[in-house]
Amino acid sequence: MTFDTVNLIPVLPEILILILASAVLLVDLYVKEAEKGTLHTLALIGVALALAATLLVGGGERQVVLEGHYVRDALSDALKAMILIVGLLVFVYSRDYLRDRGLATGEYYALALFALLGMMVMVSANSFLAIYLGLELLALCLYALVAFDRDSQRGAEAAMKYFVLGALGSGMLLYGISMIYGATGSLALDEVAAVVAEQGLENLVLVFGLAFLVVGIGFKFGAVPFHMWVPDIYEGAPTPVVLLLGSAPKIAALALAVRLLIDGLGGLQSDWQGMLVILSVLSMGLGNLLAIAQTNIKRMLAYSTISHVGFIFLGLLAGTADGFAAAMFYAIVYAMMAAGAFGILLILSRRGFDAEHLDDLKGLNDRDTWYAAVMALMMFSMAGVPPFVGFMAKLFVLKAVVDIGMTWLAIVAVFFSIIGAFYYLRIVWLIYFDKPTTDAPLTDSGGVRVAMSLNGLAVLGLGLFPATLLAICQAAFL
Amino acid sequence: MGFEKFLFYCFAAITVVAAGMVVTRRNPVHAVLYLVLAFVSSAVLWLLIEAEFLGIVLVLVYVGAVMVLFLFVVMMLDVDLAALRAGFVRFLPIGGLVAAAMAVQIFLVVGPANFGLEAFPKPPAAPAEYSNTEALGLALYTEHLYPFEIAAVILLVAIVAAIRLTLRRRPDTKYIDPSAQVQVKKGPDRVRLVKMPAEGKVETP
Repeated sequence: MTFDTVNLIPVLPEILILILASAVLLVDLYVKEAEKGTLHTLALIGVALALAATLLVGGGERQVVLEGHYVRDALSDALKAMILIVGLLVFVYSRDYLRDRGLATGEYYALALFALLGMMVMVSANSFLAIYLGLELLALCLYALVAFDRDSQRGAEAAMKYFVLGALGSGMLLYGISMIYGATGSLALDEVAAVVAEQGLENLVLVFGLAFLVVGIGFKFGAVPFHMWVPDIYEGAPTPVVLLLGSAPKIAALALAVRLLIDGLGGLQSDWQGMLVILSVLSMGLGNLLAIAQTNIKRMLAYSTISHVGFIFLGLLAGTADGFAAAMFYAIVYAMMAAGAFGILLILSRRGFDAEHLDDLKGLNDRDTWYAAVMALMMFSMAGVPPFVGFMAKLFVLKAVVDIGMTWLAIVAVFFSIIGAFYYLRIVWLIYFDKPTTDAPLTDSGGVRVAMSLNGLAVLGLGLFPATLLAICQAAFL
Repeated sequence: MGFEKFLFYCFAAITVVAAGMVVTRRNPVHAVLYLVLAFVSSAVLWLLIEAEFLGIVLVLVYVGAVMVLFLFVVMMLDVDLAALRAGFVRFLPIGGLVAAAMAVQIFLVVGPANFGLEAFPKPPAAPAEYSNTEALGLALYTEHLYPFEIAAVILLVAIVAAIRLTLRRRPDTKYIDPSAQVQVKKGPDRVRLVKMPAEGKVETP
């Protein structure tokens, strides 16, 4: 057992983020209160470097290093790059909000970076141990970030709920993992997969463990009936934190599902398919129906997340390479749309005022035509209106489901997404056909306009030319 | 039945009873003490499977450090037990039903059918000079280096989060900064002369 530094080259992006997060903690001690902007610049440069490193070490053959705990393949390259890009957007959008409320401290940046690290660990995990530790790293950072505004009663309450339910979800996942470890005698995903292929459904312990794994994954995704935490946390947490926890972690959760259900327990597909069908239908139904009744836009977007999770599950349960690629496409696209939508809310917020209600969006067109157009674009895309990318994502997922002969499921999905279109279009209506209630200036210094434009154009451009991203997703499941 | 098996059943029974006591005791201090008992008896179970290092670490770290801290916290906090137990009796029937159903299911899966002695025979005894600690260290720092490092990062995050959420600078404390005190020079820092207009004549009766 020798240690070779060549083995560390694929891990370079993670190492860079870890160094960056530690550097932010140290630099924070030496910069004055007025110069906290340095940390923002440092974080942006660091994440951009890690993104470059991901692309640099990426590509080529699948590599398994660090005694089988770490894998770098086409899936991990693509998902990691997307997580880092969304991370960059999150930092750019949330700067003004944090600065105006005195929250732009070193701890915020350090915790957000550690959360990114946790997601990257999950994406690149090749053993149950690495997956679980990555998940806990991410979750702990998010618990702390939800309570980050210490003077906010709602934030503390949301963090408490998130912590208790998140711990319950982790416990379920861990229990399932321990069952599977007991049945297979290994924590490495490929060894587990070998045993599963051999024994399949005959081994009751495997099936038992699988049920708990699916429950754990459902908790982490926020799928019905494990969704209770989502709306409360979205409503109570500070908007930049919601932006962070509502976007990139969906990509990481997809990786969690892919690694556990496909890489590890692919042999039990006939079993988890049925469970995912139930989760998927309930999520699409309940998410879309309850979103209509919301007047708080953060809560509305929370229910919308739940319905989108249902669509991601549609792709996964198809069980074909095309289905997995469609689910991956959906998760990536959803993360971008969520980042854009919450970014607009941050632009609308200002010192002493949080944009939270649907009424706050009224007449956005009269206040800023471009942001209004971007927000409308995000809403059209989430609703699944062509030619935006949300439509393509839904189309690929539905196609995968129809291909395996579950046409009824596709019809149910289309039905609920038509219901869902109502509340997205209501926002477009408010933006364009209502008079603004205030003419307070928008907060968008420091490249927010550029980032938001790129984000909006990506949603439009990928909708017109989805082939590149789709090819990347398909390459991950060859 | 060998003596080892007898010991196993004794201590396993003590563990289960103690764990049950932890959740049913009215007095939180008693609950913590039962938790200590549960830890000690499970440490003995570790010893029985020849994992001496883990057994001793369990006693040293959990019982010696963590539980003592826990005991301090429980004694200092004023936990409102009445509020905590308000729903206990009301939810007991349904909770008990769910628990019983789950126990049966878990027994069917984890029971002797799948995890019996045939499936997991006793491992061959280790030679006399075999070192538990060394084997554990080797596994931890070579085979599981990556998870070990992530666990270290998680601990760092826990520290950062705990400090962020609890450390506050209170503006109303009477704390005196010694270094600022020492740096006071003679002259304007020490004495401030305030010019005031003279008061008008005060009428005295």
